[in-house]
Amino acid sequence: MTSTSGTDVVRTAAALALGDDALILSHRLGEWAGHAPVLEEEVALANIALDLLGQARVLLSLAGDEDELAFLREERAFRNLQLVEQPNGDFAHTIARQLYFSFYQHELYAELAAGDGPFGPLAAKAVKETAYHRDHAEQWTLRLGDGTEESRRRMRTALDALWKFTGEMFAPVDGVEVDWAALEQRWLASLTGVLDRAGLALPEGPRTGAWAAGAGRQGLHTEPFGRMLAEMQHLHRSHPGASW
Amino acid sequence: MTQNWPLWEVFVRSRRGLSHTHAGSLHAPDAEMALRNARDLYTRRGEGISIWVVPSTEITASSPDERDPFFAASADKPYRHPTFYEIPEGVRHL
Amino acid sequence: MVAVTPETGPNAAPGTDAGQAGAQDSGVQELGMPDLGAQLAAAFDAAVAADERVEPRDWMPEAYRASLVRQMAQHAHSEIIGMQPEANWITRAPSLRRKAILMAKVQDEAGHGLYLYSAAETLGTSRDELLDKLHSGKQKYSSIFNYPTLTWADVGAIGWLVDGAAITNQVPICRCSYGPYARAMVRICKEESFHQRQGFELLMALSKGTEAQHAMAQDAVDRWWWPSLMMFGPPDDESAHSAQSMAWRIKRHSNDELRQRFVDIAVPQAEALGLTLPDPDLKWNEERGQHDFGAIDWAEFWDVLKGNGPCNDQRINQRRAAHEEGAWVREAAAAYAEKHVRTESEARV
Repeated sequence: MTSTSGTDVVRTAAALALGDDALILSHRLGEWAGHAPVLEEEVALANIALDLLGQARVLLSLAGDEDELAFLREERAFRNLQLVEQPNGDFAHTIARQLYFSFYQHELYAELAAGDGPFGPLAAKAVKETAYHRDHAEQWTLRLGDGTEESRRRMRTALDALWKFTGEMFAPVDGVEVDWAALEQRWLASLTGVLDRAGLALPEGPRTGAWAAGAGRQGLHTEPFGRMLAEMQHLHRSHPGASW
Repeated sequence: MTQNWPLWEVFVRSRRGLSHTHAGSLHAPDAEMALRNARDLYTRRGEGISIWVVPSTEITASSPDERDPFFAASADKPYRHPTFYEIPEGVRHL
Repeated sequence: MVAVTPETGPNAAPGTDAGQAGAQDSGVQELGMPDLGAQLAAAFDAAVAADERVEPRDWMPEAYRASLVRQMAQHAHSEIIGMQPEANWITRAPSLRRKAILMAKVQDEAGHGLYLYSAAETLGTSRDELLDKLHSGKQKYSSIFNYPTLTWADVGAIGWLVDGAAITNQVPICRCSYGPYARAMVRICKEESFHQRQGFELLMALSKGTEAQHAMAQDAVDRWWWPSLMMFGPPDDESAHSAQSMAWRIKRHSNDELRQRFVDIAVPQAEALGLTLPDPDLKWNEERGQHDFGAIDWAEFWDVLKGNGPCNDQRINQRRAAHEEGAWVREAAAAYAEKHVRTESEARV
């Protein structure tokens, strides 16, 4: 057996980090099926979930066998951000999560697409998808923020609740060649712009909890994640070696 | 407070060079969302490259009955159609 | 999932749409102009008999309109309720490929519900009105969705058998006399071509897989076979609306004809899958050139239709909850639209 080079190890770890983000968020969005506030939104959320699942499959395949990685890893081996594993909550929570993540993912993939790194080709395709995800989150943020009193209150609550998971997004990932500090500035600027138009302020308070900083990327997750994985992996694990 | 979103008619251009054709309708709170919903609903298999949305209430139609005599007149002017004219066989580019 | 609209039979609860739209009413009396009314009715009948399409603003008999709204609504409701039994497995799909397929399929069902509600709206009935009738139980959806999806193989059985039965039912509706319904069905049938195939392929993988997987597939087919046959609706001699629907060319074939066609298609497919159909009386009848099959338990059908199926309450409760919990979202978007339209028009002045 040939030894894996250092570059490969780094690339695999990076593919897992990005792939797990997409996989886990896709799963959460998939939980909306049959529960969305209006039929048109069933279709929209499923579109985003399918885009993310497609990205996850490409990325995980760069790191190994997509199904082994998705269904046979233990919780501590997942490298996704804690943000994407957060439960759906109400529609405002889902939109706040989408807003934070899609703005991040879009900036990240745009930069990767422009570079000549190993994720360039994937990012070039995905960036068209993330542009749409970003737009979807933005449109809904405007409507919930500037809709009714209730929607504004719910959106405010959701933005605050998820704020502490956003710091982790900009902890550098080995093998992902971007300027993380600049990425964070662009993210903050575009987020502030949208929230401003929605009549919402940027949440206050720390962007990392005492426990959260960089944790998901190191395999430390939140309690709901274990349950999510139990559900996701149960069938696959119940039939070791079976093909589906 | 109303939760009822108005109805929009959707027109899709399937590829460059073709006109927009009516694809169906949907509900949306406003034009921006109508466009996005139309994109999700009517082009999720790559059926289109451009979309128009129009509030259904903004469409003025020709007559209340689509089998109305409104169009009968044009049916008796066969000379408007090229097939009306006899051309000897072998004559080309006509 | 493609869903069908079995002609609700004589036991339909009184007061439901299904119970009301029985007798033909020419609409002549309402017009108060017997001559014109008779002329319109004759023109309508002639057009339908000549296989012309009826379009939304054409004159049509009230009973034709009512019958169409009832059928399109039931069809649309079936699509969106039909999302539930399959969505039940999205989060547990055993491979990423299967997960993507299943998500896309459930998404299609939402889309198909939308096409059908739109078609119904061309007759002046709003989606909200129809959803209210679904939520209050005044309108039905296909009874098949009141059965539970207990294992992963059920996703395959739904694709193969339930979608298969639905397609058999739906293809003729592409030539339905009502234009918007026919057009919606053309789009739906085109998009659904993958639904049945993925179910068949899923079952094939299980059937050829491990012993446990094979058993799972067989169990699912055992449970879904009979309910699938019931999807074609009661036998012709008990079907309340069939004859009229056929005369109006809303329907093209009788329930029993379509059921027979489905059985004849399914038998060789089951063989190819290496699975058996749970009917000891199922055999080829040389003389008829068709399969004979056992008696359907219509008591079960009516019981499930009446609300006593394993999942009736669960399905409708989930549907209602999604609608109610979404109210604030729909309100917010409507409020935003109103504010911004106002701002824009003020800006123009």
